[in-house]
Amino acid sequence: MFRNQYDSDVTVWSPQGRLHQVEYAMEAVKLGSATVGLKNKTHAVIIALKRASSELSAHQKKVIPIDSHIGITISGLTADARILSRYMRTECLNYKYSHDSPLPVSRLISQLGNKMQTCTQRYDRRPYGVGLLVAGYDELGPHIYQTCPSANFFDCKAMSIGARSQSARTYLEKKLEEFPNCGFEDLIKHGLRALRDTLPNEVDLNTKNVSIGYVGKDVIFKILNENEIASYLNMIEGEERRGTAAEAAPAAPIREDAGDESAPKEAIPTVAMDTE
Amino acid sequence: MSSIGTGYDLSASQFSPDGRVFQVEYAMKAVENSGTAIGLRGKDGVVFGVEKIVTSKLYEPGANKRIFNIDKHVGMSVAGLIADARQLVDIARRESANYRSQYGVSIPLNYLNDRVSMYMHAHTLYSAVRPFGCSIIMGSFDPQEGPNMFMIDPSGVSYGFHGCATGKAKQSAKTEIEKLKLSTMTCKELVKEAARIIYLVHDELKDKNFEMELSWVCEETKGKHERVPESLYLEAEKSAKQAMEAESDSDTEDM
Amino acid sequence: MYNGVDQFTAKPFWHNGPAPGAIYNFPGTKTHGTNGSQRSQTPITTATSIVAMKFNGGVIIAGDILGSYGSLARFRNCPRVLKVNDNIILGAGGDYGDYQYVKDVIEQKIVDEECLDDGFKIKPKSMYCWLTRVMYNRRSKFDPFWNTFVVGGLQDGVPFLGSVDKLGTAFEDNAICTGYGAYMALPILRSALEANPSPTEEEARALIHKCMEVLFYRDARSFPKYQVAVINKDGTDIQGPLEIQQNWNLAHMIN
Repeated sequence: MFRNQYDSDVTVWSPQGRLHQVEYAMEAVKLGSATVGLKNKTHAVIIALKRASSELSAHQKKVIPIDSHIGITISGLTADARILSRYMRTECLNYKYSHDSPLPVSRLISQLGNKMQTCTQRYDRRPYGVGLLVAGYDELGPHIYQTCPSANFFDCKAMSIGARSQSARTYLEKKLEEFPNCGFEDLIKHGLRALRDTLPNEVDLNTKNVSIGYVGKDVIFKILNENEIASYLNMIEGEERRGTAAEAAPAAPIREDAGDESAPKEAIPTVAMDTE
Repeated sequence: MSSIGTGYDLSASQFSPDGRVFQVEYAMKAVENSGTAIGLRGKDGVVFGVEKIVTSKLYEPGANKRIFNIDKHVGMSVAGLIADARQLVDIARRESANYRSQYGVSIPLNYLNDRVSMYMHAHTLYSAVRPFGCSIIMGSFDPQEGPNMFMIDPSGVSYGFHGCATGKAKQSAKTEIEKLKLSTMTCKELVKEAARIIYLVHDELKDKNFEMELSWVCEETKGKHERVPESLYLEAEKSAKQAMEAESDSDTEDM
Repeated sequence: MYNGVDQFTAKPFWHNGPAPGAIYNFPGTKTHGTNGSQRSQTPITTATSIVAMKFNGGVIIAGDILGSYGSLARFRNCPRVLKVNDNIILGAGGDYGDYQYVKDVIEQKIVDEECLDDGFKIKPKSMYCWLTRVMYNRRSKFDPFWNTFVVGGLQDGVPFLGSVDKLGTAFEDNAICTGYGAYMALPILRSALEANPSPTEEEARALIHKCMEVLFYRDARSFPKYQVAVINKDGTDIQGPLEIQQNWNLAHMIN
């Protein structure tokens, strides 16, 4: 079953000049639950929605520390993300060892981009099926970077990726002007609201399914514990939620719903390919 | 393209019955989907201009630049898949470094062009890899040799140029470039022309937001490739916008 | 930066063929035989002391320009103080060939960084750390670079001065002298700094000149011409060759 005859390998160009395998890998990102990244003038924050594969299991970790000045959150194939995060950790460590200073975020991301690109050009490889939001702080200030399976990366003011993330991006775009000058607490609140917009109506954020990481001026990368998350969740509790699910659905592309928590489990490929 | 879909177009290591390598041609299609990049070679240097299409307002301005420094004296502008292009930037930088470590002087542009185009060509020979989805323009200025510029296609073919364009609007950009008397013009003049052409060929209906990039390597920068100074950039941008307005005014008058 | 091969990078596709740009490697030039080999046991063409100190708002490094071949004063123009970038200056003693090699590597490192154009410039502490790793690595392979380096600069506006030797031994201090200077010049600098812990640039220059003079009279491998690199808030500046006025009137009194 092929959608067309040009989509079997990353080494095959379609007559329109597209790489279908790479585009399919981009779809894997949308299978993971949503994650949001945003920054003000001093801090970069990443917030992720966690999933549990069953009632008995814990929620899958979504925020990964890389170095004292960098942390990432992932959407897509968790196992692929672990390869990438191991690479990023090694690069940061090597740079710190040889230069006695933290690796500039932009350099790490372009090195990562070049590593990911080779997988999109060779027969014996497949693209990494994961998207990352990278929060980092260096001499140029806080950064949010987005990386894609296509090996593209973007320096962002704010960004959201993952299932139904279009709703979060809509929120972020609307509030974009407020972020640079808002306080740290407000920044997290904005992030939580954006993330909440990706949820179906009957689900809400709680201390179990939310992960928050941040880094900033003179603050090393930190992941908040449940108590700290609870205090931030309390701040936005009871606020009117943006729109109903009926309104949200047309705004998001159909595929975005593939990873919906309420969707039947079969929709998610489970064969050794957990997408979180 | 009668052979499309007959199964002879799935691998770079396969000819079609009429003697074409379709995979390479398809790769060129990827370049045609990208924002326009132009290079202008005047009497005292080379100027690059790029139309960088911005797809989301969540991105920082100035992100994902499409003009790169390869060495002190070499600049490169690219059209096509940016991730592929970055790989070529890396290769070109390595080749420049390699030449300097062996010969103790900066690499002449024609040597660098040879090496990078060979590398790109190598990717059109095997089924195990795909051709690069990007075209690149490289330019340099040397006080003795003067200005120099080359463009390399995904096929690995390269030519020297006085003026060249690649990407979406390469046809209309070429038409504009051909009107210029390139070999008599200075880089200061060419920066304005480059800005004008980028603004002119930009299709506002299809791609709403874009950023223009301008860089040069010339006598004025002492043979160093760098982004044009902000004052000159703003001046060029302003006159480009004025030229656009003048054009649309004269269009309405004609009617 | 461009070593490329690590545990995460996939193996290259092509074997036994020329790598792009490597087509000029002649066959049979393998350096490592299977029967073991001997590393360099002594430096060949050598340069003598480096004299350096911090002053109020900057750092000064000086070294003469003689390349000695054993006890023969063979090469009379071997400059060995260097501007690395706007933040860093460097001085080197020991084997001159090794210094030239390391200098080429450093200069390429700076070109690589300038090409990135990402707003970061390597700082003296990073440079010093990197040099330490390089030197320690080589000595751990029993194949050291036969040099002592002195790195000076402004780390976010604060003067920095550090030294690394061929064993990878590294330390920072307010005044550093290498080679014969460690015996003859360092005591002068230390007692001067004790009397006046924060000298001005002028005082430091005079002090360094005094040291170079003493070293010229006392060190049999020294030379009356030397260069001085100074870094302060206005940038880096390399002066010289400066001359030492000789006066041997006293010589007949020494038996």
